[in-house]
Amino acid sequence: MAENLTADVHDVVIIGSGPAGYTAAIYASRANLNPVLFTSSVEAGGELMNTTDVENYPGFPEGIMGPELMSHFEAQARRFGTDVQYEDVTDLDLTAEPKRITLANGTVHQARAVILATGSQYRELGLPGESALMGKGVSWCATCDGFFFRDQPLAVVGGGDSAMEEALFLTKFASKVYVIHRRDELRASKIMAERGLANEKIEFIWNSEVTAINGDAKVESVDLHNVVDDTTSTLDVNGVFIAIGSDPRTDLVQGQLDINEVDGTIVVQEPSTKTKISGVFAAGDVVDGKYRQAITAAGMGAKAAIDVEDYLV
Amino acid sequence: MATIDVTDQDFQEKVIDSDKTVIVDFWAVWCGPCRQVSPVLDELGEKYSDQVTVAKVNVDDNPGIAAQYGITSIPTVYVFKDGERVATSVGAKPLHVFEQEFADYLS
Repeated sequence: MAENLTADVHDVVIIGSGPAGYTAAIYASRANLNPVLFTSSVEAGGELMNTTDVENYPGFPEGIMGPELMSHFEAQARRFGTDVQYEDVTDLDLTAEPKRITLANGTVHQARAVILATGSQYRELGLPGESALMGKGVSWCATCDGFFFRDQPLAVVGGGDSAMEEALFLTKFASKVYVIHRRDELRASKIMAERGLANEKIEFIWNSEVTAINGDAKVESVDLHNVVDDTTSTLDVNGVFIAIGSDPRTDLVQGQLDINEVDGTIVVQEPSTKTKISGVFAAGDVVDGKYRQAITAAGMGAKAAIDVEDYLV
Repeated sequence: MATIDVTDQDFQEKVIDSDKTVIVDFWAVWCGPCRQVSPVLDELGEKYSDQVTVAKVNVDDNPGIAAQYGITSIPTVYVFKDGERVATSVGAKPLHVFEQEFADYLS
């Protein structure tokens, strides 16, 4: 098949459309770098598209819905001329000069600089029954699927902010929400933990791991293992919402860039966003094993665009 | 043919009794990934308009069909051929992934 190569070499291509990607686009477009941003087709807008209220993003004192915030990001990037394309990047050659970006539709783009802002993907428990029962009671998206569990008992697995948000959202529908957490205290922020602990519909099951998700046509129960007293039990629930965090999405750059062995993030030369390959920068959750906030991702996106500006001079 | 909307009332007629293979997208307005995948399925329907019809069921307005098939997660996409459900895909996916998953019904 003849190669479908675009004519122009872009100054900068941005991959990813969460807060990091769009902020990089806003800064790069205002620097007249004419950025092209590939959002991906079905994950455009990133993780905030599946959240409800965002209460900690500065500038919105009453909070803002995640999808609305991301539409603002996109509008602001477009306003200064960012070419936003709802395409999936399937292959990257970062060592080529110029760098080559291949899309799922076969088009190949070339760029002098690349900003990687691919974020993270939900972690799975890795249990028997988990993938077989996906769509049959196993879910990663409370806002999508809570509706189907009216007056039914549910489990949320995890102890961070996202687990609290999912559990609190699910109380609108469920008869009962069990939060299963492997420690004896929550990792969530104080305000989210307090809301969860105060909610009458939520019952916490501490020091426990899910060892199996049971059910044939649909989820019927989960097996639990208490890590402190080594006992096992079975909990009857009709749905299991998994919120045990996420892993950096680095499959496009495996073998090309250095990956942190501990947290799986792309290694950058802090405090800059430079990776080990000249002209390749990374920002947001894909480089952040610790903070992982919309505002920190946005901040890194700004840094990446400024780093690109310096690089292209 | 353009994407069609299907309801509890006309599901039998437009999907089950259809001579053509029908790809059914179960969705709702409050589901972010559903909004993302909707144009992808429109594109699939246009690209393979000779082979399939793409139909959308709003589960808020049409709880009957969703309940009948035990749907607990959206977006869920079914393929119906000769009145039988022959393939299922759960979650928002790019076009090329749907093309792989439903390859048997698109050629």
